[in-house]
Amino acid sequence: MLREGAVRIPSGCSISGIMNKKGKLTSGQDIIRSIAVMHDRSNGLGGGFAAYGIYPEFKDDFAFHFFFDSKEAKEAAEVQLNKYFTVVYDEPVPVREMKAIKDAPVIWRYFVQPKAKMMMQAGLPEDEYVVKFVMKTNSELEGAYIFSSGKNMGAFKGVGYPEDIGEFYRLDEYRAWLWTAHGRFPTNTPGWWGGAHPFTLLECSVVHNGEISSYDANRRFLEMYGYRCTLLTDTEVMAYIFDFLTRKQGLSLEVVVMAMASPFWQEIDRMEPGRKETVKAVRAVYGSLLVNGPFSILVGTSQGMIALNDRIKLRPCVAATKGDFLYVASEEAGIREVCPKPDKIWAPRGGEPIIGLLENAASQYGPAQGSEKIAINS
Amino acid sequence: MALLKSYLTPDFLIERNKDRCIQCRVCVQQCANEVHYYDDEDGEVYSDEMKCVNCQRCVTLCPTRALVIRSSPNELRKNANWTPEVIRSIYIQAETGGVLLTGMGNDRPYPVYWDHMLLNASQVTNPSIDPLREPMECKTFLGRKPASLVFENGRLKEKIPPQLELDIPVMFSAMSFGSISLNAIKSLARAARQEGTYFNTGEGGLHKELYPYGENCIVQVASGRFGVHSEYLEAGSAVEIKIGQGAKPGIGGHLPGEKVGKEISETRMIPEGTDALSPAPHHDIYSIEDLRQLIFSLKEATGYQKPVGVKIAAVHNVAAIASGIARAGADYIAIDGYRGGTGAAPLRIRDNVGIPVEFALAAVDTRLRNEGIRNEVSLVVAGSIRSSSDVVKAVALGADAVYIASAALLALGCHMCQKCYTGKCNWGIATQDPHLTKRLNPDLGAQRAANLLRGWKHEIQEMLGGMGINALESLRGNRLMLRGIGLTEKELEILGIKAAGE
Repeated sequence: MLREGAVRIPSGCSISGIMNKKGKLTSGQDIIRSIAVMHDRSNGLGGGFAAYGIYPEFKDDFAFHFFFDSKEAKEAAEVQLNKYFTVVYDEPVPVREMKAIKDAPVIWRYFVQPKAKMMMQAGLPEDEYVVKFVMKTNSELEGAYIFSSGKNMGAFKGVGYPEDIGEFYRLDEYRAWLWTAHGRFPTNTPGWWGGAHPFTLLECSVVHNGEISSYDANRRFLEMYGYRCTLLTDTEVMAYIFDFLTRKQGLSLEVVVMAMASPFWQEIDRMEPGRKETVKAVRAVYGSLLVNGPFSILVGTSQGMIALNDRIKLRPCVAATKGDFLYVASEEAGIREVCPKPDKIWAPRGGEPIIGLLENAASQYGPAQGSEKIAINS
Repeated sequence: MALLKSYLTPDFLIERNKDRCIQCRVCVQQCANEVHYYDDEDGEVYSDEMKCVNCQRCVTLCPTRALVIRSSPNELRKNANWTPEVIRSIYIQAETGGVLLTGMGNDRPYPVYWDHMLLNASQVTNPSIDPLREPMECKTFLGRKPASLVFENGRLKEKIPPQLELDIPVMFSAMSFGSISLNAIKSLARAARQEGTYFNTGEGGLHKELYPYGENCIVQVASGRFGVHSEYLEAGSAVEIKIGQGAKPGIGGHLPGEKVGKEISETRMIPEGTDALSPAPHHDIYSIEDLRQLIFSLKEATGYQKPVGVKIAAVHNVAAIASGIARAGADYIAIDGYRGGTGAAPLRIRDNVGIPVEFALAAVDTRLRNEGIRNEVSLVVAGSIRSSSDVVKAVALGADAVYIASAALLALGCHMCQKCYTGKCNWGIATQDPHLTKRLNPDLGAQRAANLLRGWKHEIQEMLGGMGINALESLRGNRLMLRGIGLTEKELEILGIKAAGE
């Protein structure tokens, strides 16, 4: 049987996200409880978490989380790593031995700084330099895989039920202001650690409940811009779409959402002329990045969390607020488990984004100035 | 010189049921080829089978269903190499010394690759979408897309380049006034307007009565430059430079002088009764940089308000050519495959030059993506798109839209007798004979052509929904939605698709 990455594996899933918009740190216990409630939405073949704000002592370094299949792969990767980066600190990612979690690869984290000279030689800005290295490692270095590459954040994922994965990675010992989680139900996979969610690139992490029918249209468009979809999963492509539209194209979240889950033409036809022209242009230019098929996703960034459903809401997604906290989950139970009495709880409509930003971050990711406001519910 | 005796025998046998025939002479009046004739002395209708092209006009209109036309049962001695078609060709050329002419598309039994591709449908893990209950969007845009959108104060900083907006990814392909009748073009123009798409003037100019349909019209600039003037360029919504045509790549066109009546003379801006000869090349285009100059001349002439496309025939090196055309500034590229129809083409060229459009499309789309310029240019494919499933497969392979011509003419009543070049189209389509053109009522023609588009649109929506897709742009280049059947590894590789079961 082909390993994931050589073959595309569609899957269903559960997602959950907890964020404090004031940046207050909380332990991973709640997110584990939240995703555990939705146990039946996974099948034990994948679980994972992303956590933001967890490495304050290394907040200016890129935190690379690696999976290695072997000692040789680790050595080969470290040669490359040392060539392009200065390793500030490295250690094995601490894990708890558990019966439920088997066949774990070697999991290591490196806090690194790009080598200025190499970066200059490559003629790339810092973020692009890191992205290129991640893409190259994941597609060319056999047995080594970078599954997390952002600053002051990290992804923790593997084969198993999410609550077991959370325990395995000792997430109760971390403190983050944003937690996202994923329970995976792949339809046909031998189970591969790299195939679990979240998928990340720099600070952007994506967990996804759904299956993308526009996958190949999205993938083939992104490949023109240097992205390499080595893992052949729907979620990887979503992470790259988000990265492309925000980082490379410099678009506001409003436009990103407009591209990924565009309004329907019947709605566009009713818009006032100026806005209509804008939305039309977005669909004409970024039509290949429209995401089709059932999905609800949670995107984590250094600025906050964005939840998005497909246009006709073929996957569940519930959101709630309580004080400074924003919760999003596939099921209401996932929220009520950790927040029994929210201030507000609602099911966002298809294509309607839930945007939760850190209070001091709105300037970067907020809706473009002067534009019609989109729903910001944090 | 002694008169040469013809060795040809009739292609078709006409059977007239004497019990049914009421001698009404409808068949006599309807047949422009003068197959049927009435003998005053006998008081009976007879047929001259040698003249029959099997257009089925008489069969269809016979009020008593008295006529049957079928292939002649006469058979030459069996020979797999020297087939009856080959032998007949030699007889004709031995009699005439001319180039063999034919009409419509290549009818050789080459593989139809559309029929070797199967579409996906969702089951369980990804729900199919019901187009009767959910919006199903078939809109597509043709035109150059900028590398990125820039916003200022929430508004677009710059407008995007001009785009053609299609409500269905199907347009009517280039057919000139001359090759088809004015009523046929009117039918297509009205249908295009009704269904939110475009028709194409071909190289024959735009008849004055069609100017009101300019918003739904692509005006062509071909090597003969017939009917090209500033008002004409302004009238259309896009300008298309015709370099080649699938039915006859590498050669020009010829409208015989006898077809150039007053109307065509005025529209094409040539004297009445003169042959309209389109040169094989444009005499101002001998290189890709020359093409670029014409593209930008036309953009200048139209104030950069209209997309300028380039139509080429699918030939061996089509991917590299398309890349050059994209870089030359074309807003869309139309690729016409070797099955493409025509009013008249040399038979040997039609049947032996060019490549299947399926391969051409796959190769061009792949090449443009590898070069990172696919989004700069739109792709339109043509050359025997026969059904909505062909359209869906073309989009999944990478097309933005398709052109149809033969299918559109069939909708108007064409019976594919392949004799367009004679000018005696009994259905009033490929003819300028006023007696015959009246047979096609443009209102009814428009209704039939629009019905075809609407039927296809419903089917496209059903197929999209089955794949769990509710917007056409999510199908474009989505080759995972295709699987090959009965194809070699190499063919699969060129098409960029997996085999069924993979």
